[in-house]
Amino acid sequence: MSSVQTTTAAAGGFWRDSGKTGIGSWIFSTDHKRIGLLYLYSVLGFFLVGATLGLLLRLELMTPGRTIMGATTYNALFTVHGVVMIFLFIIPGIPASFGNLVMPIQIGARDVAFPRLNLLSWWLYAIGALVVLTALFTGGGAPDTGWTFYVPFSARTGTNVSVAVFGVFILGFSSILTGINFVTTIHRLRAEGMNWGRLPLFVWSLYATAWVQILATPIIAITLVLVIAERVLGTGLFDPGRGGDPIMFQHLFWIYSHPAVYIMILPAMGVVSEIIPVFSRKPIFGYKMIAFSSIAIAAAGSLVWGHHMYTSGMSDTAVMVFSFLTFIVAIPSAIKVFNWVSTLYRGSISLEAPMLFALSFVLLFSIGGLSGLILGAAATDVHVHDTHFVVGHFHYVMFGGTGFAFFGAAHYWLPKFYGRRYKEKPALIGWALMFVGFNVTYFTMQVLGIRGMPRRYYDYLPEFAPLNMVATVGSWILAAGLIIMIVNLWRGLFWGEPFQGNPWGGATLEWSVPTPPPTENFEEEPVVSHGPYDFKGAGVP
Amino acid sequence: MKTDNAEHIVDYRKLAAVWLALLALTTATVVVSRLELGAGKVWAALAIACLKSGLVIAFFMHMKYETRLFRIILFVALVTLAIFIGLTFFDVLYR
Ligand code: HEM
Ligand SMILES: [Cu+2]
Repeated sequence: MSSVQTTTAAAGGFWRDSGKTGIGSWIFSTDHKRIGLLYLYSVLGFFLVGATLGLLLRLELMTPGRTIMGATTYNALFTVHGVVMIFLFIIPGIPASFGNLVMPIQIGARDVAFPRLNLLSWWLYAIGALVVLTALFTGGGAPDTGWTFYVPFSARTGTNVSVAVFGVFILGFSSILTGINFVTTIHRLRAEGMNWGRLPLFVWSLYATAWVQILATPIIAITLVLVIAERVLGTGLFDPGRGGDPIMFQHLFWIYSHPAVYIMILPAMGVVSEIIPVFSRKPIFGYKMIAFSSIAIAAAGSLVWGHHMYTSGMSDTAVMVFSFLTFIVAIPSAIKVFNWVSTLYRGSISLEAPMLFALSFVLLFSIGGLSGLILGAAATDVHVHDTHFVVGHFHYVMFGGTGFAFFGAAHYWLPKFYGRRYKEKPALIGWALMFVGFNVTYFTMQVLGIRGMPRRYYDYLPEFAPLNMVATVGSWILAAGLIIMIVNLWRGLFWGEPFQGNPWGGATLEWSVPTPPPTENFEEEPVVSHGPYDFKGAGVP
Repeated sequence: MKTDNAEHIVDYRKLAAVWLALLALTTATVVVSRLELGAGKVWAALAIACLKSGLVIAFFMHMKYETRLFRIILFVALVTLAIFIGLTFFDVLYR
C-alpha cells in the first residue's frame, strides 16, 4: 500500500477544500467531480421517476382489461416512461455521471479540457429536462406517441409533442458537448506516461462513446426539428399526400437512435472491464481486443439502423443489407464477453457487491444480445416485431446491462468519493432481489412476446393473463431490491464507516489519490509507469 | 505561440464576390427547376447545392485558411454523412 497517498493533508477532499459551500458551490462549479455528482443525482432522480412509471405500467398489465388506468393514460404513461428512461436516465447516464467523476483522474488530469463547457452541458440537461416535464402538464397533455415519435401519428396527435420534442432537442446538445469535452480531454490531458496502451478500458469506452455522441446526435436534433416543422408549419416532409415520405422519418430517427444504444451500452462495458479484473485479481484478458472492439462497435453499430424497420415497408434489398450488417456487430460484442469470461478463468474471484453487478451484466447482456439476434434476423423479426419480446429484449440490454453496470459503478466508485463505505450485507440482499425480480419480470415478457402479446397496449387476450401476473409480481421483487440497494448506498455514503486508500486494490490512478480526492485530484503531477491492470506494478496486494 | 490560430482577415471585395456567386447559383437553382430534365433535375439541384455549401464553407467559414486538422475533421463529418445517405439509398432506390 506504499504508493497510496495519505489523506491527512486533504481531509474532506473536494467536498471541503475549495472553501465554498451551499447550493451555488454545486450548480456553478466547474469541478468535474461536482458536475459528475450533479449528474449522478439528476439521472438517478429521473431513474426513480421512470421506474415508478414502469411499475404502474406493470400494475395495469397485472390483469386483463382495465386494472388501474384506461387506454389513453396507458399510452401517455409508456411514452413518458420511455422518454424519461432513454433521454434523461440512460443516455447521459454513465458517461456524464461516472465518466465525469473518474475519467479525468484515471488519465491523470486535473479536470476535463473545457470545465465551463462541462457545466454548460449540465445546465442544458437541466433545462431540457424542465422543458420535457413542462410538456407533460401543459397544452394537450403528455405525448402518447411512444418514445420513438413516429410520424404520421406524431404529426397529428393533439398531445403536446412539439414541446416534448423540443426538450429532447436541447438534451441532444448537452450530450454533444459532453462528447466534445471527453474526446478533447482524452487526447490532450493524459498525464506523462499515460499512453494509449495504458488507458483504462473505461476511458477507451468513453472515447468511443464520445465520437458517437458527436457524430450521431445532430441527426436526431434535426429530425426532431422537422417533426416540429411538420406540426407547426405543415411542411409535408413526411406526408405522402404532399410528396413526403413517412419512412424517411424512421430512417432519420434510427440513424441516431441505433448508435444511441451504443452510447448507452459502451460505457457500461467499460465499467465491467474495470471491475472484473480487480475482483479477479488478474490482469484483463485481451486488453487490446477490448479497446479495439469498443471502436469497432461504435463504427459498425452506426450502419445497422435499418433493423428497426423490417416491417415498415422499406425495400427488401435494404432489409437484407441491414440484416447482414447487424450480424457483424455481434462479433465485437461477443469478443468482449469472451474476454471477460477468460479474465475470470483461474482468477481469485471475490464476490463483493460491484463484482456481483458486473457478473450480472455479463449474463443479462448476453441474454439481451442473443435475443437481439432473433430481432436482427429479418425472417424471425417479422414475427416478433412490436411484441413484448422486444420489450423484454431491450430491458435485458438497457436495464440488465447498462442499469446493472450503473449500480455496479456506484458500489465500486462512490465510496472513494464520499470517503465512507456502505454495508456489504444489505448490498448483497438488494442485488439478489433485483437479479431475481429482473429475470422474473422480463424473461416472462419475452415468453409472452413469443406467444404473440403485442407491446404498447393496456389490455390483452385472456390467455396471456397468468404470465402477466407473474411478470407484475416480478416487478415488485425488483422494486424491493432497488429500494434496499438505494437506501443502503445512501446511508453508507453519508453515515457509513470512514475509510482511507484503496479498498478493492485497484491499479488504476483513481485509487492512488487521497480519499476523497482533493479538488485538483493530484497533489503532484502523476507520472504513470504501469498499465491499468498491472496490480504488481501498482504495488497493490 | 503558433501562428495558425491567428485571425485571417478576408477583404470585403472577396466576400462580396462570393456573395454574388451564391446569388447567381441560387438563380441557377430556380432556373434548373423549371427545365425538363427528368431525374437529372435532382442531380443538378444537388450539384449546385454542393457548390454553394463549398463556397460558404471555404470563405465564410474560413476553412480555406484553416490547418489540415480542421479540414480532416470536416472531411470525417462529410464522409459520415455520405455513408448515412448512401445506405439509405438501399431503401429509396429499390423500393
Ligand atoms: C422498474 C423498472 C421497470 C419496469 C417495471 C418497466 C416496465 C415497462 C413496461 C411495462 C413497458 C411497456 C410495455 C408496453 O406496453 O409496451 C416499458 C416500456 C419501456 N421501457 Fe421500461 N421498465 C422499467 C425500467 C426501464 C429502464 C431502466 C429502461 C431504460 C433504461 C426502460 C426503458 C423502456 C422503454 C424505452 C420502453 C418503451 C416505451 C415505448 O414503447 O415507447 N425501462 N417498461
Ligand atoms: Cu438498433
